[in-house]
Amino acid sequence: MMLSDFPLWPEQASTVAPGVDALMTFMCIVCGGVSVLTFFVIFILAIKYRRTSENQLAQDYEPPKALEAAWIIIPFLIFMFMFVWGSWLYFRIQRVPENAIDIYATGKQWMWKFQHASGQREINTLHVPVGRPIRITMASEDVIHSLFFPAFRVKSDVLPNRYKTMWFQATKTGRFHIFCAEYCGTQHSGMIGWVEVMEPVDYQKWLAGGAEGSLASQGEKLFQKYACNTCHTNDATGRGPVLLGLYGTTVTLSNNATVTADENYIRESILNPQAKIVKGFAPVMPTFQGQVSEDDLLKLVSYVHSLGTQKTAVVPVETPSSKDTSAGSPLKPGAGIPPQKDKGATP
Amino acid sequence: MSSLTLHDVRFVEPEATRNYITQDYGALSWLFTKDHKRIAILYLISITALFILGGFFAVVMRIELLTPEGDLLTSDTYNKFFTLHGIIMIFFFLIPSIPAVLGNFLLPLMLGAKDLAFPKINLLSWYLYIIAAVMGLYIIITGGVDTGWTFYTPFSTQFSNTHVFGVTFAAFIVGFSSILTGLNFLVTIHRMRAPGLTWFRLPLFVWAMYATSIVQLLATPVLAITLVMLMFERVVHVGIFDPALGGDPLLFQHMFWFYSHPAVYIMILPAMGVASEVVAAFTRKKIFGYQFVAYSSLAIAFLGFLVWAHHMFVAGISVYSAMIFSFLSYFVAVPSAIKVFNWTATLYRASVSLMTPMLYILGFIGLFTIGGVTGLFLAAIGLDVHVTDTYFVVAHFHYVMVGGAVMAYMAGLHYWWPKITGRMYPEWWARLAALLVFAGFNLTFFPQFVLGYLGMPRRYHAYAPEFQVLNVMSTAGASVLAVGYALPLCYLLWSLWYGRPAGPNPWGAVGLEWTTASPPPMENFHETPVVTWDAYDYPAMMKAMGETQNV
Ligand code: HEC
Ligand code: HEM
Ligand SMILES: [Cu+2]
Ligand SMILES: [Cu+2]
Repeated sequence: MMLSDFPLWPEQASTVAPGVDALMTFMCIVCGGVSVLTFFVIFILAIKYRRTSENQLAQDYEPPKALEAAWIIIPFLIFMFMFVWGSWLYFRIQRVPENAIDIYATGKQWMWKFQHASGQREINTLHVPVGRPIRITMASEDVIHSLFFPAFRVKSDVLPNRYKTMWFQATKTGRFHIFCAEYCGTQHSGMIGWVEVMEPVDYQKWLAGGAEGSLASQGEKLFQKYACNTCHTNDATGRGPVLLGLYGTTVTLSNNATVTADENYIRESILNPQAKIVKGFAPVMPTFQGQVSEDDLLKLVSYVHSLGTQKTAVVPVETPSSKDTSAGSPLKPGAGIPPQKDKGATP
Repeated sequence: MSSLTLHDVRFVEPEATRNYITQDYGALSWLFTKDHKRIAILYLISITALFILGGFFAVVMRIELLTPEGDLLTSDTYNKFFTLHGIIMIFFFLIPSIPAVLGNFLLPLMLGAKDLAFPKINLLSWYLYIIAAVMGLYIIITGGVDTGWTFYTPFSTQFSNTHVFGVTFAAFIVGFSSILTGLNFLVTIHRMRAPGLTWFRLPLFVWAMYATSIVQLLATPVLAITLVMLMFERVVHVGIFDPALGGDPLLFQHMFWFYSHPAVYIMILPAMGVASEVVAAFTRKKIFGYQFVAYSSLAIAFLGFLVWAHHMFVAGISVYSAMIFSFLSYFVAVPSAIKVFNWTATLYRASVSLMTPMLYILGFIGLFTIGGVTGLFLAAIGLDVHVTDTYFVVAHFHYVMVGGAVMAYMAGLHYWWPKITGRMYPEWWARLAALLVFAGFNLTFFPQFVLGYLGMPRRYHAYAPEFQVLNVMSTAGASVLAVGYALPLCYLLWSLWYGRPAGPNPWGAVGLEWTTASPPPMENFHETPVVTWDAYDYPAMMKAMGETQNV
């Protein structure tokens, strides 16, 4: 049996992975050390003070009470160290870098659907460029799932009622597992796939192949199909607010509360418009709950998103600066174009 | 005085001709008994049966996991098996195990009382348990359930087409059995202590049962409410957890873990109580830091209510709430650490005997320590993101629940077996079994830590081929473990007929339960004992007993 068939440590393929592994190593050393020490002491004491005659009593001796204080305070301090390190790492895992590329994911029993901003869609396979932060915005069409990339050391539950985001930045090209980590019914263990990490040029080529127009442009068509444009016009004449420039701004509501117009807010505005009424508008927007599929919803949201920001929703992939990539062997041109079944991308 | 050995330490009493077993014969005298000892036996038989059933599901799952492909069972069957395994082991075996069997039998004996405060309620709680168990069995026969023991919404409310309603109803009922036991114990400990038995003379097992009872009484109703909401939602679809109707599926997780985290302490606190008793008896020494150990039980019971969201670090809670729950989880680990160190310190200059119960408890301390420290890994939120919902968590909770709670239950069963039955079990067989359990356990569950870190998610029927080697190790361990558990079943039954008569105090231990006959008479003590010594105070108790005997 080859050693590669029996790994003890998962592949490290993201910027946070070394940090997670470092904390893991620290925990193993400290906890393992203290445990082994305790077992050793127990073992020695149990042998040394073995009962030799049937009626032997213990010696009349109480260890000093200060010991008690020592093993309340010392473990507590060690625990606090773990707490701080763990939280620091968590912040790193949660804070999405500014320039992240957006990808959308939908979980449904029992598959993962991914959509790139340029409109490429794929199922159970995800193509991403190496060395670029990727932000995944995701929702579920049915039960709770959990999108898990062991090689990147990140996972996040995927909920049916709101968007969640996660991000990672791959550090090497190759093919890594995608698992569903939250039990979701019959084919839970079959809700798996591969993430294909490619050189940015190859990713660009791959994106160019067979897209049906960008997500946002598909969303624009839906915006007309669902007659959103009858109320949301580009000037202030419609019955609904102008959506140009909305994304990322702070919206004042009729009860004077404020919210930030992010994906979740836009999603809620479409599915449950009555929940948060924009100040100065009548609650006339109908709910689209049950009429818009999760896929269409994504497109609408990404259209409204694109209205709101200067940058277009087209993914700004440049040629990589070579320091971003750890891969030694660049791919042959065209190797990244799907369907890509072989492991040619693994350096 | 010189002729008095520890084994003679007891109240003088006429040789009991009748004990609780021989008092009455016939099934009805058992089924309608109000005697706490007989009810304990009823529980012992019922939870053993369910343990075997739960174990059966586990063994079949482990066999399935020998190969990466899902070849032995269908996915649906596999999902039902892990669900039933979890529900049975948690709600029908582990939660009642130590409290309802050992606690029921021993609490009045340790307190010098004739029975629990409410004997009829005690019987009622067993009937509730049985009704729930029969419902559960009926459901298993008619198709089972596949939601996982955690019943997460919206899967359980809108998507599963198995018997979710029936099973949650059964769990709801068995919850009441647990509430009633807790209530009964609380009142008993407050009201029925023998003269002189002040709070700080109580054996630590009683303290542990006290803390457990508080948790049972306060947390279980939340489970009941949550399950009712779930049933309601499933049947009339009111929208509490359904996003389409404005509900929130995460609300369920909050409510579920608000019970189920404290529930893990319902399982482990009694185990810690047993550990304290056994360590004291087999070192003939007062537990070091008795008061700290007693208070740490209460601290655990209290803090255990404040950490539920550590099961939800990737489920959708804010960064700051995650930090708060991480901090509190570290906090709750402190009292557990105190106990481990105090048991260790007790061994110093003690008189250590390595009989079977002590072997189990040393195993308990080791495995519980590993389970506890891996909890620290999970509480480090940045690390939890990677290991949550993987086999790492599976290994963690098996180390605490099986390595901890079940080992302690086995220890307690062996330790008090002579008291319960009046017979000794065969020592060498028992030691062999204890070693097999320990070895098999580690072989089964240690590889799962590695598997989890490698990324194998839990509740997977089929898995990636590179995980196979570790899974095979785990299954091999499970077969050793199965033998380890099957042995006691055989030799304990054997000992009922062929075991050596035990006498009142085979271990030379102190504690009121050892001052009466084995098996105890129906009324436990012929005269109410008067306590003038602290718990585990060997010299004082020998002296006090010596005086009584010389009268
Ligand atoms: C009947 C007219 C009407 C239609 C049709 C309509 N909306 Fe609206 N929409 C409104 C009104 C009025 C508001 C402001 C009141 C509120 O917040 O509910 C609004 C608010 C919004 C907001 C929040 C805007 C802000 O400034 O915070 C978004 C986003 C939105 N709509 C998107 C859509 C989309 C997408 C569609 C099509 C699927 C749609 N609307 C269809 C009337 C409409
Ligand atoms: C020493 C203190 C402990 C700490 C700090 C701790 C910490 C944790 C954490 C953070 C989790 C969540 C892991 C995850 O889902 O990602 C967890 C899971 C779990 N723990 Fe512990 N734990 C401790 C003791 C215990 C004890 C004593 C028990 C049982 C007797 C227990 C049983 C469980 C169970 C059953 C789960 C998993 C539940 C599930 O998802 O099905 N833990 N623990
Ligand atoms: Cu799943
Ligand atoms: Cu917990």
